[in-house]
Parts: sequence; structure tokens; C-alpha cells
Amino acid sequence: MRYLPKSPAERAAMLERIGVRSADELFHAIPEEYRLRRDLKIPRQMGESEIIEYFRNAATQNGSGFASFLGAGCYRHYRPVVIDSIVQRGEFLTSYTPYQAEITQGTLQAIFEFQTMICELTGMDVANASMYDGSTGAAEAVMMASRITGRSHSVVASTVHPEYREVMATYAQHQGLPSLTVGYEAETGRIRLDLLEAAITDETACVLVQSPNFFGVVEDIPAIAEIAHAKGALLIVSIAEAVSLGVVRPPVEADIVSLEAQSFGVAISYGGPFCGVIATKEKFIRQMPGRLAGQTHDADGNRGFVLTLATREQHIRREKATSNICTNQALVALMATVYLTVYGKEGLRELALQNMAKAEFARKALSAQPGVKALFEASPRFNEFVVVTEEPVAAMQARLLEQKILGGVDLSKWYPELGQATLWCATELNTRAQMEAAAATMAAREAVGA
Amino acid sequence: MATETLNPVGAPTPRNTTLGKVRTHPTQNEGLIFEKSSPGKRAVRLAPLDVPEVEAEALLGDAFRVDAAPLPEVSEIEIIRHFTRLSTWNYAIDLGMYPLGSCTMKYNPRVNEFVARLEGIAEAHPYQPESLTQGSLEVVRELEQCLIEITGMDAITLQPAAGAHGEFTGILLVRAYHESRGNARRKVIVPDSAHGTNPATAAICGYEVQNLKSNSLGMVDVAELERIVDEDTAALMLTNPSTIGVFESEIHKIADVLHAKGALLYMDGANMNALVGKARPGDFGVDVMHLNLHKTFSTPHGGGGPGSGPVACKAILEPFLPTPVLARRGDGLLGWNFDRPQTVGRVRAFYGNYGMFVRALAYILANGPDGLRQTTEDAVLNANYIRASLEDLYELPYKTASMHEVVFSDKRQAARGVKTGDIAKRIIDYGFHPFTVSFPMIVSGALMIEPTESESKEELDLFIEAMRAIAQEVDETPERVKNAPHSTRVSRLDEATAARKPVLRWRPVTE
Repeated sequence: MRYLPKSPAERAAMLERIGVRSADELFHAIPEEYRLRRDLKIPRQMGESEIIEYFRNAATQNGSGFASFLGAGCYRHYRPVVIDSIVQRGEFLTSYTPYQAEITQGTLQAIFEFQTMICELTGMDVANASMYDGSTGAAEAVMMASRITGRSHSVVASTVHPEYREVMATYAQHQGLPSLTVGYEAETGRIRLDLLEAAITDETACVLVQSPNFFGVVEDIPAIAEIAHAKGALLIVSIAEAVSLGVVRPPVEADIVSLEAQSFGVAISYGGPFCGVIATKEKFIRQMPGRLAGQTHDADGNRGFVLTLATREQHIRREKATSNICTNQALVALMATVYLTVYGKEGLRELALQNMAKAEFARKALSAQPGVKALFEASPRFNEFVVVTEEPVAAMQARLLEQKILGGVDLSKWYPELGQATLWCATELNTRAQMEAAAATMAAREAVGA
Repeated sequence: MATETLNPVGAPTPRNTTLGKVRTHPTQNEGLIFEKSSPGKRAVRLAPLDVPEVEAEALLGDAFRVDAAPLPEVSEIEIIRHFTRLSTWNYAIDLGMYPLGSCTMKYNPRVNEFVARLEGIAEAHPYQPESLTQGSLEVVRELEQCLIEITGMDAITLQPAAGAHGEFTGILLVRAYHESRGNARRKVIVPDSAHGTNPATAAICGYEVQNLKSNSLGMVDVAELERIVDEDTAALMLTNPSTIGVFESEIHKIADVLHAKGALLYMDGANMNALVGKARPGDFGVDVMHLNLHKTFSTPHGGGGPGSGPVACKAILEPFLPTPVLARRGDGLLGWNFDRPQTVGRVRAFYGNYGMFVRALAYILANGPDGLRQTTEDAVLNANYIRASLEDLYELPYKTASMHEVVFSDKRQAARGVKTGDIAKRIIDYGFHPFTVSFPMIVSGALMIEPTESESKEELDLFIEAMRAIAQEVDETPERVKNAPHSTRVSRLDEATAARKPVLRWRPVTE
């Protein structure tokens, strides 16, 4: 077996030192009736070339060469080559959680830089080292708000990513944290402020909204914050499309921000691994879940970094911890850190503006076609938009697929009230030609007399 | 040119002298990336916009961001140097043995990284039509089947993102099972030797945690378990082999005691590296368990993540698995089934840390049944070799047979004022990552050593020599151990100040 660095003679010498005749003897503590005396029924050992062949086949079966307008929580952005060059360095890739600070200063300083960048982007005071993803981050943020306020209810906008809401519901239901959902205005796609105000009670720990929301519409965060705070509830803002922060005002009125950083240089990879992160106000640090890197100094006065405030965490506090999280998404957070360093202050702004321009062009191109109408057109948006078509969604998508185009996500499963609606995303990677081809295909429906 | 030997910290080892397997080598200083920033530098050039520009301020109104976030402004060479320099300050499996007990720091094969980045795999979108995702789904199905076979369980979900997330999912299954029978029950029993995630998980699932004291062998006290298990007990969360690296040989009795009262047996699979191909939890009474793909199945730890924590269970728990579950349809295509009325719900958006599934499956395929069994045997062989080579110098608190890891205590060294943490810091000077310190908590001053199968006899012998040399230093020059490490870029860091006055982000120096 090519990963095992021992010859038969070396194994024999080691067994002799231990004083047993065979490795199997070392398993005597396992009662014989539970010993597996046959081979596992799994595929036989493969050579490296066969393994690559196996996965190449899988990749081929997935289909390729499609122009994609899919977003909805997983965004296609260009990934600069240096990201993988850096994260594939063994010193980052094959290192553990930096508990031994003297020999993990590289990881620790990178986490500190990540935390700083997230603070600068979100307008929060502190950010943790990462959460699993945006969905679990939002759920943990709700539990954090409950601990801070001593209240148990949450109010959630229906325009938070539907899968995030499902995860939140799973977490909340088993802790006895009731949750209410508040709908959106048909005209703007924004949360209904009157319903929000009515939904908040003395028991409400937090309001959770997403911005840009699931329809790509930017919420009125100052107004939502005012309503939440007036009743003593905290405001949690979930951000699924992190590139929006290049041009959209950060949610500084929020108490907690739960960000999904996948857009910052992380491959979509069928939905994971991604990189959640929680950022908050300084006064709430001690209720925050997850690891934190902090600056300190060594005995000689050199600047250095350590994991800190660990008394919040499960390995110290056990059942009284703020969360059970241990392993996080460190290497993915490093990808995001490198990405943000590559784009920098001006690059991220320019990238965000390109995304807006592409989405604007795509929206106009599609909605100019007969039988196609864009929704929420008067609202501020980033790089996603909703269109409603006269043609049934499945038929439209089938025609687009024939042209090698992956059209928008069907919304009927989550928002049946919108009718034949799809959610489209255009990023810097969508070309004008792709958008014009999509529009032309939508228009072709009349021509074929459908 | 100056030829004088620099010895700024007065370290006891002069230049060009080898200690164990290492010799010091200069590392580059490097500030924070923000400190290298200067307006106008950039590392990116976007493709020209092929559509009309937009007036962002007009489109966004009050939601327009006036001030761009002050991200660093640097060039590409500075980025490469910055992160490369930082990387050289890290220890890693790629540099040498990393015997962190419970963490299973094994070799991370490079072919795993290669296949996870194949374009058709890395770019698959979770909302693209299932007809265009069959390759991705085949990988999920193959991994599910392998893991079910390896664990001896009946069903599985790959959705949890890490071990603790898997525990959460597993205990939710337990809860849903009991609820379906009319009573969620009140408490979860957790041995005092357990990982901290176990009690934390039980608590966030709404259970009271009942502590179970280990017996004099460091194992589950079956009589005590029998005494405390009742109709209010939802489950026992058991790590097997335990955190002292010992197989719970009365596992069948433990399962029987629980099942007699209608309670379930949850197994923390953190130590599955001792069992793969040799014994299956499903065969010895476990009802539900999680695996750590980043431990047993070689996906990289990456400085703390990402992980992946699949949960395997018996058929009685299958109806409650998180939604969706993978199924083969009538037309032969694979697809996600969302119609699961008894599900505990989703625990993560999309389908989990998919990129880790690819890596874990690549590892399983590289091994096959014979390779996995040999891997397990080598992991146990390595731990026992270390035990046999150090037990004359380090106290072995439990003499029970070791599996994949061995736990010593610092009892003899502590008598001379040297603690496990000091020994850990000193072994850094010898070129090794320390073992796990002060865990499990049932051992006072624990040194928890898990070599994994990835270490050669040569590397193990160097580790053993280093540990023996340190034991001698404790007797002869204890201060050298207590002040270690002596060879690292930074000496021991002031953790108390870091916690008392937290500095958690960089801020520009203001005049």
C-alpha cells in the first residue's frame, strides 16, 4: 500500500519490540465475535491513474460547457490562481488547529488577517475564525442572540435563503426556540416592515434578515434595525453573496452579521466546503461561538498570535459552551483571505460594480422579451434578479439547456405565490454573448409557436 | 562578510548543531498584510466590461457603500511572499510526525487534492439539473456505500460539516426516534473521558448531560451504567476505542444495558482509525455514530478545517435522517429525495462539504479492503511500539491494551516540577509537533500520543529518542524543559494578556 512507509522486515522488528507475533494480536481486546474476518466489500485497491480516471468519468457525466446563470447561495466568481498555489502549501494544508502557537504562527496570523478583513467589510468590531457555512452560521447567530437577550423567540424574513431557514428551524426546534416568518412586499421584494413590527414581542430575541436577500434585493437595514431595537430585539444580517460588500453599504446597524464567504475565491464544489463567519459588536464577544485568534507577545516582546477566549468553547466549558463547534473551515477562510488580498480595496469595488452591470444588462435583456417580466425592478439589487415567464419554467429551462444554458433557479418550490418565477444570477464571468443568447432563446418561444 | 555565529536568544544549541532530527534555519520576518499596503498597488486586473457600466449610487440609493472597505493594496509577488513566509512558521504533517492524540494526523494524499479540483467536479452547482449532476451523485453514492460497509450500519447522511456537527445530527436522530415513540426522554449519558464536543452537543440538542465516571481501567463502569440508565435516558455517547486508546471490550454489555431500557448507543467515531477493516460498530451494538472524514479518511485538517462528519445509523433511525437523502429513481438516475415526513430537517444548506467526499473516496479507492486493513494494523502497531519504547520512562496510568493511541501521564516528571505542557513544548525543539496535552481529563497530566499509520519506523525511533532525551533532561536540566521551546521564531506567548485585553483585529496606527 503506497501510503504506508514500512517494509515487512520493519514491521517484524517492531512486533518483536512489542513482544507479539502478529499485528492481529494487538486487537485481542476486541471480542472475537465482533472481529471482521473477511475483506470489506468495497472496490479493490486502485492505482493513482485509475483513481484519476474514475473521477474524470464522474466529471464528464456531470456535463460541461454550459453558460450558467445559477446563483442562489453559490456564486460563480473567478478564482485567482495564487489561491490554490498558497492553500496547497503543505504547511497550511496539513497543519492542525493552531493550539501550539509557537509552531503555528503562520495559520494564526492568517486567521487574524481574515478576522480583520471581515470586520472591515461588514462594519462589525470582531469576527471569528469561521463557521461551517452561511446556513449554520445564521442558526448559531440566532442561538447567540437568545443567550445575549435571555429571550427565546426569533423573527425571520421569508426572503432569507430557504435552505438557511430550514437549517435554522432544525437548530431552533430542539432548543425550544420558537420562530415566526415574516413575508415580503409584492412590489419591492423587501421584508414587510409593518408585519415585522407586529411580529416582534417582548419575547423576541432577534430579527434575522438576509441582504441582498434571496431575490437579490438589498434590504433597508437601518429601518429594520430601528424596528428591532425599539423592542429590545437584536438584528442579525445574513449575507450570502459576499462580493456585494464591495458596493453595498455594510449593515453597521446589525448586532450580528453572519456571512457566507464562498464568493471570495471558493469553488462551488456542489455546495461545499464553504466558509461561514460570524461578526459582531465588541460587547457580545463572550457569547460568540467559534474560535478567535488574538494578538499578544512572547517573552522577548515579539508580536505573536494565539487562539484566545477559549473559555467560551466546548473543550473547556463542555455542556456550558456557547456552541459545540470544534473543527471549522480554516483552509477555506485562508482562501478567502488570499482572495481579498488579491482583489484589495479597489479591486473588490471594481468587481462588485462589474457584477451589478452584468446583472443589470441580463435583467434588461431577458425582460425585454415577450412573455418575460422582471420583478422588484424599483428596488436596489446586486447581481441577482427574479423574472416571471408566461412559459412554464420546466419548458423554458429545457429549451435553454438545448442551447447549453443553465437558466435561473425555479422558485416555485419555495415561493409558489410568485407563479412561474426563476432567480437569475449574473457575475463577472457571464459574458454579454451568453446573456444575449439566453434572451434570444427566451424570445424564440413565440417563433416556434409554443 | 560577517562570519560571527548569531545566538541572539542564548539558546543552548549553537549554530549548525543538530538536535534530534533538526537544525535551525532562518525564517523570514513578515508583518501583517495591512502593513504592506500602499494606495495604488494592485494584484488583479479584471477583464474589460463588455456591457454598459451602471450608476451604482443611483441604483442602490441609501444602500450604496460610500467608502470602500480598507482592504490591503499589494501586488501579486508580495502576496505570494507574504503567505509563503507565514507558511514557513507552521509545523505540518508534510514536515514530520504530528502525534496529536484524537486528531489522527495522517498523510493527506495529493491525488485527493487533484481530483477534487477537476473542473466538472469543482464547478458543479447544487441547483443544476440532476441530469447534469449524475457524476457528482455517483461519488456520493459510492462513498455512502463504502462507509456503510465499513461501519456495518444500514443508512447514512453525509450532510454534517464536521465531527461535532455529526454529533449534533446523530443526537437529533436519537431525539426524533424517542419522540416518535411518545417521549423524547430527558438525559444523555457522557463518560468523563469524552471529548468536550459530546456534552456540548447533548446540551444544544436540549438534553441534560449526566456524567459517567470511568472505572479503574479507564473504561465504562458497566455496573454504574446499569445503575443510572433509566427510562429517562435517551442515549449514551461513547467513544470507542476510548480517548485513552482502549477498546471497550464489554461493549456488548453496554449496548444491552442501554437497549434494555429503550436507550440508544451513540458512538463518537473519532477513533475509527483503530477499527476500519478489523471490526464494525454496527456489529457490536452501536445504533448511530459519526465519522470524521478529516481524521480516518485522510482529508486535510487545513489548520482547523474543513472537516466532514457523516452520520451512519441502524434502520430504526433511517426515517429521521436529514433531508434530502440520495435515492436511485425508477429510470436508473440518482436524485435527491425530499419527501421525508419524519426527517429531523436539514442540518446544513445544500449537501454537505462535498469536496471532502471526493477526497475521502479517493483515499478509500487508493486503499481497497486490504489497504484499509493494513492501515489500521499499522496505526495500532505504531502506537504500541511507542508504548513499549517509552513505558519505562513515562507513567502509564492505565495498563489496558492500547489500540491506535497511547496515553501516558507526567506523574514522574511532575515530581521534578515539569508538566506535560513543558514536555510538549520541549519536543518542538526536537522537530516534532507535540502530542495532545492534558486530555483526556481522567488522566492527570496526560500525554496523549497518536502516531497514525503514516509514520515510518525511522521517524518513530527519532520520536522515541527525543522523548527519552527529554526524560533525561527532566532529571538533569529541568529548566531547559520548563522554558522550552528554544528554537522557535517566538518563545512562549502571553496567553493571559491575549484573553484579558483581547486584540482580535488589526487597526491602522492613528497619529
